Amino acid sequence: MAVRLDDLRHVMELAHLELPEERTAELLAQLNDILAHMEELRAVDTSGVPPAAGVGDAPLPLRVDEGPSVPLARPLAAFAPATRDGFLLVPRLATHEGVGNDASGDDA
Amino acid sequence: MTGEHPQSAVTAVEAAFRRAAAVGAGADELNLLLWTDRDRALADARALDQRGDRAGALHGVPYVAKDNIATLHLPTTCGSRILEGYVSPYESTAVRRMREAGAVLIGKTNMDEFAMGSSTEHSAYGPARNPLDPSRVPGGSSGGSAAAVAAGIVRIALGSETGGSVRQPAAFCGVVGVKPTYGRVSRYGLVAFASSLDQIGVFGTSVHDAAIALEVIAGRDAFDSTSAEHPVDRYGEAATTSLDGVVIGRPREYFPDSLDRGVAARCERALEALRACGATITDVSLPHTALAIPVYYIIAPAEASSNLARFDGVRYGLRVEGTDGLRAMYRTTRSRGFGAEVTRRVLLGTFVLSAGYYDAYYRKAQEVRTLIARDFRSVFRGGVHALFTPTVPTPAFALGAKAHDPYAMYLSDIFTATANLAGVPAMSVPIGRVDGLPVGGQIIAPHFDEAGMFRVAFALERALGAEAHR
Amino acid sequence: MSASDFEMVVGLEVHVQLRTATKAFCSCSTEFGAPPNTNVCPICLALPGSLPVLNARAVELAVRAAHALGCHVNEHSVFARKNYFYPDLPKGYQISQYDRPLAEHGRLTIGHTAGGSPIVVGITRLHMEEDAGKSIHDRYPGWTAIDLNRAGVPLIEIVSEPDMRSPEEASAYLHTLRQMLEYAAVSDVNMEEGSLRVDANISVRPRGESRLGTKTEVKNMNSFSGVERALRAEFERQVAVVERGERVQQQTMLWDGAAGAVRPSRSKEESHDYRYFPEPDLPPLMLTRERIDQIAATLPEMPNARRARFAEQYALATDDIARLTAGPRLAEYFEGVARQHGDAKAAANWVLGEVLAALRSAGTSVRDFRVRPADLAHLLDLIRDGTLSHSAAKRVFEQMVATGDPPAKIAEREGVLQERDVDALAAWVEAVLAEHPAEARRYLAGERKLQGVLVGLVMKKSGGRADPRRVNQLLSERAGAAP
Repeated sequence: MAVRLDDLRHVMELAHLELPEERTAELLAQLNDILAHMEELRAVDTSGVPPAAGVGDAPLPLRVDEGPSVPLARPLAAFAPATRDGFLLVPRLATHEGVGNDASGDDA
Repeated sequence: MTGEHPQSAVTAVEAAFRRAAAVGAGADELNLLLWTDRDRALADARALDQRGDRAGALHGVPYVAKDNIATLHLPTTCGSRILEGYVSPYESTAVRRMREAGAVLIGKTNMDEFAMGSSTEHSAYGPARNPLDPSRVPGGSSGGSAAAVAAGIVRIALGSETGGSVRQPAAFCGVVGVKPTYGRVSRYGLVAFASSLDQIGVFGTSVHDAAIALEVIAGRDAFDSTSAEHPVDRYGEAATTSLDGVVIGRPREYFPDSLDRGVAARCERALEALRACGATITDVSLPHTALAIPVYYIIAPAEASSNLARFDGVRYGLRVEGTDGLRAMYRTTRSRGFGAEVTRRVLLGTFVLSAGYYDAYYRKAQEVRTLIARDFRSVFRGGVHALFTPTVPTPAFALGAKAHDPYAMYLSDIFTATANLAGVPAMSVPIGRVDGLPVGGQIIAPHFDEAGMFRVAFALERALGAEAHR
Repeated sequence: MSASDFEMVVGLEVHVQLRTATKAFCSCSTEFGAPPNTNVCPICLALPGSLPVLNARAVELAVRAAHALGCHVNEHSVFARKNYFYPDLPKGYQISQYDRPLAEHGRLTIGHTAGGSPIVVGITRLHMEEDAGKSIHDRYPGWTAIDLNRAGVPLIEIVSEPDMRSPEEASAYLHTLRQMLEYAAVSDVNMEEGSLRVDANISVRPRGESRLGTKTEVKNMNSFSGVERALRAEFERQVAVVERGERVQQQTMLWDGAAGAVRPSRSKEESHDYRYFPEPDLPPLMLTRERIDQIAATLPEMPNARRARFAEQYALATDDIARLTAGPRLAEYFEGVARQHGDAKAAANWVLGEVLAALRSAGTSVRDFRVRPADLAHLLDLIRDGTLSHSAAKRVFEQMVATGDPPAKIAEREGVLQERDVDALAAWVEAVLAEHPAEARRYLAGERKLQGVLVGLVMKKSGGRADPRRVNQLLSERAGAAP
């Protein structure tokens, strides 16, 4: 089960990473080398073996529905790359150029 | 350590900075310390001296922390460009507990970027060097912390483990390194690499130093849902010379024919010493050991690909605006912000989780992980109290030796990654040298039996005496 | 073939904000309308090293909602990460549930067919997740502004089976669902404030066909009527595609309410490969059967039970009961009035008449209504004992709505308490008879049907203060005494 160049491009898009063309080929070879070592797992019989879910067997602890929240020692504007009027600013999504509607992240 | 340090906190902190300068801990030489603030550390020390009470278990003791543990006044960059200049506006639980115990943070240490690496060569701020032999790596990813202890700058340091990142550099630098049980120490404030494997660990010049430091930072924390309720023992009080009635397993998978002969010899000598303390040594088998590396190198990158998605140039850290809106900003920021090894692992992890591959890689790896954990469980249920193995198959390698073969680098985690996958506690203690380079012996114990693990370590340390560093 | 030869197949995904004081995984306030990025902390900002800790109240409310919708609650459920990049999604993944949801296999009766059999919509699953923040694209040219106050607010997502066949059924499902969640007291279910959001999956197929057609997802609907209109528009679009001999493309459509049309979402540059995997920062959520039952026991009286009880306890018309129980707050308001006043019919008439009209004209909800049930009950008492005429009572009620003052105080202030003093009433009666001699003569001569006219004239003369029953009495006495 080797990674093809198309897979790598798809994965680079998902991870929002880009590479120069010559490094793409080198990386593809490295990933395939690494994945080749992973092939030995396929030979292991895991029928009836549940996937590890967490490490301990302790149940999920829950918190009481009350504040206060953890304070910020420095305000958001002190460490955020760009803010205005309390908002974080990011360059517009290319597909939203010229669009005036206000939508939540659901349309990603 | 109370009582051993009658000197003032200020004196101790000044001595640490003097020693750092003397050994060349800075960027131009060993490159161990990324960020320090002498004035701040001295102010903290002065405040401690003026307070009068010396109740804290680490009152006035200077220490360093790996650069992926959130601190309020020094940067937390994870050895990455993408967090250059970032100072956390909140504090990790481990660092808070150290502060409350009276310890004084004097610096943040160099590391492989986002803890991905075994040599501290993959730091955006340049490689760190082994203080015992500057042509060699200190190990990694917590190389800076291990080396700072080895160089005598501090007696204790915080590091983090995902697949051996405390034990392996501890072995390479000839110091004690502890990875606690998963859930023993809060991960709150530890920048995540692989959440189901990550654990903050400690380095010490001695077993006792490491035990006291762990005692301080261990215990349930409401801010980490995976931190455990188990009571914390007084590890420092486990000091003993007798191992009467203790059964120590020698897993044959950790002693392959290919093991470095010097390392093998030091291990046999250590086993003899344990026997001399009264322990029974018995051969055991952990049959799925060889699968640990492939399992680890699927699960860790998969979780990392998700954990590192937050570095997107929106809320903190580096932002490089591209030419074409938001997506270009994401791409340029991340591509310039992450180094080659991080990029490789994020892409590998994204691939193994992507549609059509999840079952073949990620699910399969999690199933085999269950088998690896069962190996440990059945050995420990079979009457074995602890396991003894080499920490790493070889002593420290030369800088650049494995830089071009990622998989060869990954193999240096082969004896350590199993404990992370199973969640059991493990530590490395110095057991002697080969050609002047330190060798570490690893003690692995059942879940939450750090006390038992320390007991074996104390006995071994005393039995070997000066031989451990010869 | 024409549109009537096709059948619409609809399934709905509804996101509901749970009514908690703090967010799902951190202790930040969920308050609506705070200045941007003020309800944020290291956890919901996804600062490096921060970790989620689940809100117990959110679990309780989600389990209660699941019970209200007849779902089976799993003792063991698993949080998972849904990975995608968007600037209002701080961690780069949403904590949700995937292959082990909190609850499954529910059902909702949304009405009855003409023949009387129930129309049931299956509920596939109900799972917990966190909300994203808010992206505002039209505030600063070239920039998107991000507010993370909402990021991390607890939600449940309720996914229905594709069991609906018309926009009307979809609307009935939504109204019923909202009613159930309101009764269960798990959410404010307010579309304007975003505490309830709806996405629709829709496909078409020729009538009689049992296989499902290719579905599209319709988003961006801001009201229940918007959902109906959007479904109608998308249905027509898909039918037209099929009739042209083309195939419906699986895609996301956005409803544009102003244009009354659907258009394909343009954010196609992101491929939908969410790489779900179990959230390693949260061990599985374990609930004992005992705990689940315990939470179920906290479920308040649900609409069916309340309707049955109202019928038995108050003997009201079925239609009035349906209107009174549409929402739990109105039903509780009615009960408050009825219990204190005693006459349930009068209470129902006032609540369904004056109260609803007042709410409508003020555009508020029962929750913010200024007239307390006890005060309305007292007003009805004053009518019953003749202290206030009906018309005066309506004027007093208007003042109650405006000021929130108790009725007796207003009646006194306004001077509308009924005059029951016989001498005063007799004086008005005599004055009216004197002013209208022709009518007086005919009435006193036995033309009794004129009594109504005369009562009206007396009421007018008294400025509405005369007690009409006493006026009638006086006029009858006067007629009987006439020579």
